[in-house]
Amino acid sequence: MTQPATPFLSSRRSLLRAGAGLGAAAALPGFAQAQDFAGRTIEFVIPFAEAGGSDVWARFMAPYLGKHLPGQPNVIVRNVPGGGSITGTNTFYQRARPDGLSFIGTSGSTQFPYLLGDPRVRYDYTRMIPTYVSPTGGVVYLPKSLGIENASQLGRLRDRELIYGSQGATSLDLVPMLAFRLLGLNVRHVFGMRGRGEARLGLMRGEITIDYQTSSAFITQVMPMVEAGTAVPMFSYGVLDGQGNVQRDPSFPNLPHFVEAYEMVNGRKPSGVEYDAYLAFFASGFAGQKPALLPPNTPANIVATYRKAFADAVADPELQARKGDVLGEYQQAVGDDVEAVYRIATTIKPEAREWVRDFLATNHNVRF
Amino acid sequence: MIDLFFATLGNLLTLQHMGYMLAGVSLGLVIGVLPGVGGIAGLSLLLPFLYGMDSTSALAMLIGLLAIIPTADTFTSILMGIPGSSASQATVLDGFPLAKQGEAARALSAAFAASMIGGLFGALLLTFAVLVAAPIILAFGTAELFMLTLFGLSMVGVLSGANMVKGIASACLGLGFGLVGAAPATSEYRMDFGMLYLSDGIPLVTVALGIFALPEILDLLRGGGSIAQGAQLGRGWFRGVRDTLANFWLTLRCSGIGALIGAIPGIGGSVVDWIAYGHVVQTTKDKSQFGKGDIRGVIAPESANNATAAGALLPTLLFGIPGSGSMAIFLAAMILLGIQPGPGMASNDLGITYTIIWSLAIANVIGTAMCIVLAPGIAKLTAVRYALIAPFMIMVICFAAFQATRSFADLMALLAMGILGIFLRRFGWSRPAFLIGFVLALGGERYLYQAVQFYGWGFLTRPLVLVIAAITIISIWAGLRGTKSGSSIHTEGAAEYSIARNMTPQVIFSGIVLVGFGFAIQQGLGVSFLAQIFPIAVGIVGGLATLLLLVQQMRGPVAAGSANFDSEARAADGGPWRFLLWFLGFMGAIGLVGFFAALIGFFVVFLRVVARSSWVQTVALTAGAGGLMLVLANALNLVFPGGLLQEYFDLPWPFR
Repeated sequence: MTQPATPFLSSRRSLLRAGAGLGAAAALPGFAQAQDFAGRTIEFVIPFAEAGGSDVWARFMAPYLGKHLPGQPNVIVRNVPGGGSITGTNTFYQRARPDGLSFIGTSGSTQFPYLLGDPRVRYDYTRMIPTYVSPTGGVVYLPKSLGIENASQLGRLRDRELIYGSQGATSLDLVPMLAFRLLGLNVRHVFGMRGRGEARLGLMRGEITIDYQTSSAFITQVMPMVEAGTAVPMFSYGVLDGQGNVQRDPSFPNLPHFVEAYEMVNGRKPSGVEYDAYLAFFASGFAGQKPALLPPNTPANIVATYRKAFADAVADPELQARKGDVLGEYQQAVGDDVEAVYRIATTIKPEAREWVRDFLATNHNVRF
Repeated sequence: MIDLFFATLGNLLTLQHMGYMLAGVSLGLVIGVLPGVGGIAGLSLLLPFLYGMDSTSALAMLIGLLAIIPTADTFTSILMGIPGSSASQATVLDGFPLAKQGEAARALSAAFAASMIGGLFGALLLTFAVLVAAPIILAFGTAELFMLTLFGLSMVGVLSGANMVKGIASACLGLGFGLVGAAPATSEYRMDFGMLYLSDGIPLVTVALGIFALPEILDLLRGGGSIAQGAQLGRGWFRGVRDTLANFWLTLRCSGIGALIGAIPGIGGSVVDWIAYGHVVQTTKDKSQFGKGDIRGVIAPESANNATAAGALLPTLLFGIPGSGSMAIFLAAMILLGIQPGPGMASNDLGITYTIIWSLAIANVIGTAMCIVLAPGIAKLTAVRYALIAPFMIMVICFAAFQATRSFADLMALLAMGILGIFLRRFGWSRPAFLIGFVLALGGERYLYQAVQFYGWGFLTRPLVLVIAAITIISIWAGLRGTKSGSSIHTEGAAEYSIARNMTPQVIFSGIVLVGFGFAIQQGLGVSFLAQIFPIAVGIVGGLATLLLLVQQMRGPVAAGSANFDSEARAADGGPWRFLLWFLGFMGAIGLVGFFAALIGFFVVFLRVVARSSWVQTVALTAGAGGLMLVLANALNLVFPGGLLQEYFDLPWPFR
């Protein structure tokens, strides 16, 4: 029952330096030469069942990774579902050999229990080695009937109770929960949704009055509502740049991101323990949602090989032509950008963690 | 639009596209025949091949596979009494007795004809519905969905078996098992014994296989001979088709029910067959043959389950919301193909939708034809000594069960549910009622909680809720009409042969169930208010029903009446335990040396000792079984569940 110690974000600058150092090491010529995976089968472990975001992402990436790894190995996706992705990740962490023949793709649903200090978690993100991080984004929108035109008017809603369809207090919907709270919105979270699609239907029926959708769903499903004049986009969550700063979502360049929306409502930048908590879970759930990780103690040359292969795969014109909704318009974190985004997505300040745990225990009966 | 409709047909009818569809249909046929392995595993097998495929070929292949599964899964339901997938559970009730009476051919052909009509009806409906269905789907909010789960539960009235109180207790027991894991309202864990495995709840496949398949396999093994017991397959191939045509109106009604339930996301296809079965029983005057071999009991669920597949495509295409596990994978496949489902499927991307619809229609026809052609051959299995078939069945249900988390825990869950199933069967606790309760538990709890959150208790006065409530009441009334004991269908076999003189085993079982309900209440009290309503309500209702049953059973063998049911009362062979021990031994071996090595060992020993096969036969059958597992596991990139050996040594696949 040993629980891995979570390292805490001490200072952003120092970790950036560490990240840049690692990136530079990875770029050194000669490092990547010793590895050759010709004729081998490489397992891309996905701790979720078939279908669903992580599985689709892995199945999309696998052939391109195989194409760009030295020796062009066969990269297969191995689903190890159960326990909300904790089971498969625990097993990988304890069993996988550091030989480059297996790596894992986790998700926000894997990172959140780790950040929250869930006792069932046996994996330690500081010891696994990121080689690629895939971001995703989301847009918060309202039904037109609320009479709000843009994010600057959100303050008008403070007197009224909004209803949000949530998949659970410790699910990815923790991010909008913290965001709404920071904005001072009075939101009742109705739990038990099985996916964002159900909540979107609820909004279309009028049962739900505030919602967010991931970028691709927003474009195909909500944009028609926006054009028909029944829904209004408010803000995107934004993305993290290579330095770890929140930037506008490239899919929605005209829409303010959360931090901008906060400024529009409050006239100042967000700060404090609540914002630290939000930022950690936002990074983990969106900006750094899907890291591809090698097991602890993987030799540096294998790490470098993987980082280069992922960078080449993402740059592959064929991938760029076919990426569609799987990767969206997002800048994939490869090479030097990996470490910074990964660290922010897998670390939380101790006082921010304590605050979230306390908040969830008090308001939503979550037991740790 | 009509131009487009026929243009997509022309596009589909090329050699390449039809070739891919045939590939999908052929794989679907195999997947459908294997019990418990359904659309989820079938589509997962195809996912790796999508890379680089053109979308028409890929859709034809995927739909070809999906369309035939509810047709092909009928084989094991009728021939072996084991549901081929969750869509054909109800078919077992009348299909299997028909097979035992030597009317397998008639039952199969009636089922295939009904399936094809259902499938074509679904495709036709989809053609028009895709343009107008969005408001209908939106009309079913959480309040309506909650009422629909109640409607589903009302089928328990029909499927209770000989004793209504026992039926209610069975349904509550199923509900209780369905509530294991995280509460939808608060994510608090209930009845999970602190195990990570149980935090996700018990997988439906595991429950269905444990409750229905394992007891049946053990029972058939006890019989010693073949399934048909010397009875002929019969020549009723044409008679079966005539049966379906004679009940054409029923076939259409059940297709409509299937399509509607399939189209409403949230209820799911796994209760459709039961609702169709309940419907045919309720609307039939002479119910005496249901459960004993009434052909209508085969036609109704089979026409419904093929239409369900078409209905389930609606929310998937229009809203990107999958109504079932296989639809979730179909959705993923579409995204991998670069198709993003949404309102555009009814406008800009209508061509894709029509491709899907045509594929569905053509695949249903091809699939039915293939089933009919293969049926005489497959049906010959019922004349084979069951001792030769049983190890294959055990292998396949284990394979199906461990699809859930690919771990030994899945097999333990299967074993536990199987033992429960053996007792439910033995003591006449309606397994259909149990399963309905299980399937509807979480949905019922989720929708009740959400409806109250959204509307307050006033949700009960919403117009559509009132309509569904009225239908539910009519359904209950129609089920009870004209019967004395409350229900006429003996889902667990003929009660008259099952009156025990020694009531002790039944009383003990009822007592254990009562303790279970007490546990549900105790667990309910340990969580916050929103998560405790359902477990406590289920515990109280189920507990009271069980208590009532116990009182009846305490009165003695004669006075207990229909509460006295023990199918082992006159058994002279010591019950199914000998064969359960074989299964336990297999499980133990898996726990020691892992699935694949244990499977080889199990096959060799079982075939030599129980089936008394020659070495040649033993080796051939074992190699065939091992080969099948390797092919499937390889295609799914699967590592078999490991045992202690794998904890300490890193072995090469497939022993890993």
